[in-house]
Amino acid sequence: MSLAQQFGFLDEYAKKEIRRTSLKAVAIPGYQVPYSSREMPMGRGFGTGGLQLTLALIGEGEVLKVIDQGSDDSVNAVNLRAFIEMTCPGVGTTRVTGEADLIQSRHRIPEKPLREDQLLVLQVPYPDPLVVVEASEEKRKQLHGEADYSRLLVKLYEDIVKFDEITISHRYPTRINDHYVIDPSPIPRWDVPKLHMSKALVLLGAGREKKIYAVPPYTKAEPLAFEDKPFRVEAFLDERGRRRACARCGCDSSFLDEYVDSNSGHQVYRCSDADWCDEQLTRRSAPEVING
Amino acid sequence: MDRVLKVRNLSKRYNKGCPACYRKTGADFDSNICPDCGSVVAAHDVSFDLYAGEILGIMGESGSGKSTAVKCLYFDQEPTGGSATFYDQGEAYELFELNKAEQRRLVNQRFGMVYQNPHQGLNFEISAGGNIAERLLMSDVDNYDRIRQRAVSLLTRTEVLPERMDEMPKNFSGGMQQRVQIAKALATSPPLLFLDEVTTGLDLSVQAAILDLILEIQQQSHTAMIVVTHDLGVIRLLADRTLVMKYGRVIETGLTDQILEDPQHAYTQRLVASAL
Repeated sequence: MSLAQQFGFLDEYAKKEIRRTSLKAVAIPGYQVPYSSREMPMGRGFGTGGLQLTLALIGEGEVLKVIDQGSDDSVNAVNLRAFIEMTCPGVGTTRVTGEADLIQSRHRIPEKPLREDQLLVLQVPYPDPLVVVEASEEKRKQLHGEADYSRLLVKLYEDIVKFDEITISHRYPTRINDHYVIDPSPIPRWDVPKLHMSKALVLLGAGREKKIYAVPPYTKAEPLAFEDKPFRVEAFLDERGRRRACARCGCDSSFLDEYVDSNSGHQVYRCSDADWCDEQLTRRSAPEVING
Repeated sequence: MDRVLKVRNLSKRYNKGCPACYRKTGADFDSNICPDCGSVVAAHDVSFDLYAGEILGIMGESGSGKSTAVKCLYFDQEPTGGSATFYDQGEAYELFELNKAEQRRLVNQRFGMVYQNPHQGLNFEISAGGNIAERLLMSDVDNYDRIRQRAVSLLTRTEVLPERMDEMPKNFSGGMQQRVQIAKALATSPPLLFLDEVTTGLDLSVQAAILDLILEIQQQSHTAMIVVTHDLGVIRLLADRTLVMKYGRVIETGLTDQILEDPQHAYTQRLVASAL
């Protein structure tokens, strides 16, 4: 037997189990399928769930993109990418959303709409949305089975009573295919509508909690809300009620991150999705290049 | 009159039990513990009918099985034997043969329960209005304004100031918590209401106000109720018919005034005599 590193770090049995779990997750949209999350050479909670999915699903000749909070250069993304490059020879990496076959992401879904031939893997810290209202897993399973999410709705009700609006900024409970409600990982509200009828398959992996679940392509994903208090995404309005734009590329239709300019002390807004920002910048400067 | 509930031979036994359990326990043996196997026969052979708009009292000392019988009907506990049929909107439901989801639907929408301890019936982590909202949300009302309006009208009816609806139940007095609990139970206008020792532990004037409220609800909404209590005063005021239980058995049943004026069983006689 060769002493060389196994392709994809995991042994074939582990990969097979993850693939089988993923199939089950796709077959029952939104259902949290348990699996035997393996020990990885990094701490649980650092994206091991997403990493195991990626390692089990990626193959030679395919192209990978890893994002952390919209950026390819954040610590988590850089390290995961380096690990996959090391353990999966023949797998290419990219920063361009459109070029990737598989995208592993933490906290964001790319702004650019994904295609049918692409696959999105999300890293999940807390897979069960009911954990905030019910401590016992046995009872949570029963609530999921009976699709009884009234206690989550009570949470929303209390939010509106106290703050006049729903204050959940990320991990917004979302009902998949009219039954199971999922925790869509800590993506902002902005990204939740992208799950609805998504062309790409979305797989969510929680390594520490040992669960895999999925939003299959062309499947309903509806954030919980009241009939007369609909779900809203972040508005990004300035003091005068106008939509803020990215300070770098000028895009006014993307999710913005807020920075404080260390020289002036002013707040600066920029696209959270680095690749999207680059693309807008190129598109804006392209006509000038042709004219010049 | 429309029958709401038919209970026949309801039994609840803890532990495995033996063939002699039911023969060797009960009021005649002054025990509900089987001498052969040590099982506890909490309730046995409880049968009664309940009609729309009627209040049925179940009276008995602590451990007589009165709460057990009601908990079985509310699916808080699983009975060992017997049957119960619930008649609602032209349908008859065999309660103990329903699956969990059907049971949950009945509990959420068609039954109401008021416990002795408000901590059991209310969620103290959320506001009074939120507690009512929870019950409405369980029965698929998903309009925020409608939920608010309904909560206001329920709290007004149970004489809790609607201005206090967004407060936490822990800020309320015991009587007020009980009123919120009643409002929550009434949220879906259930045709059947269970009241388990609702006035126990409240001071007398508050007791009277709560009992008034219950009578008012019965007269206005024609709700059928089962009132479990060890308090003769409550029975006298509320119940049209009464079951007296001891050691898990029904030892006497009849019209309330009949039982109070002319008790037949020695235990009931003692009970009535001691109260006067």
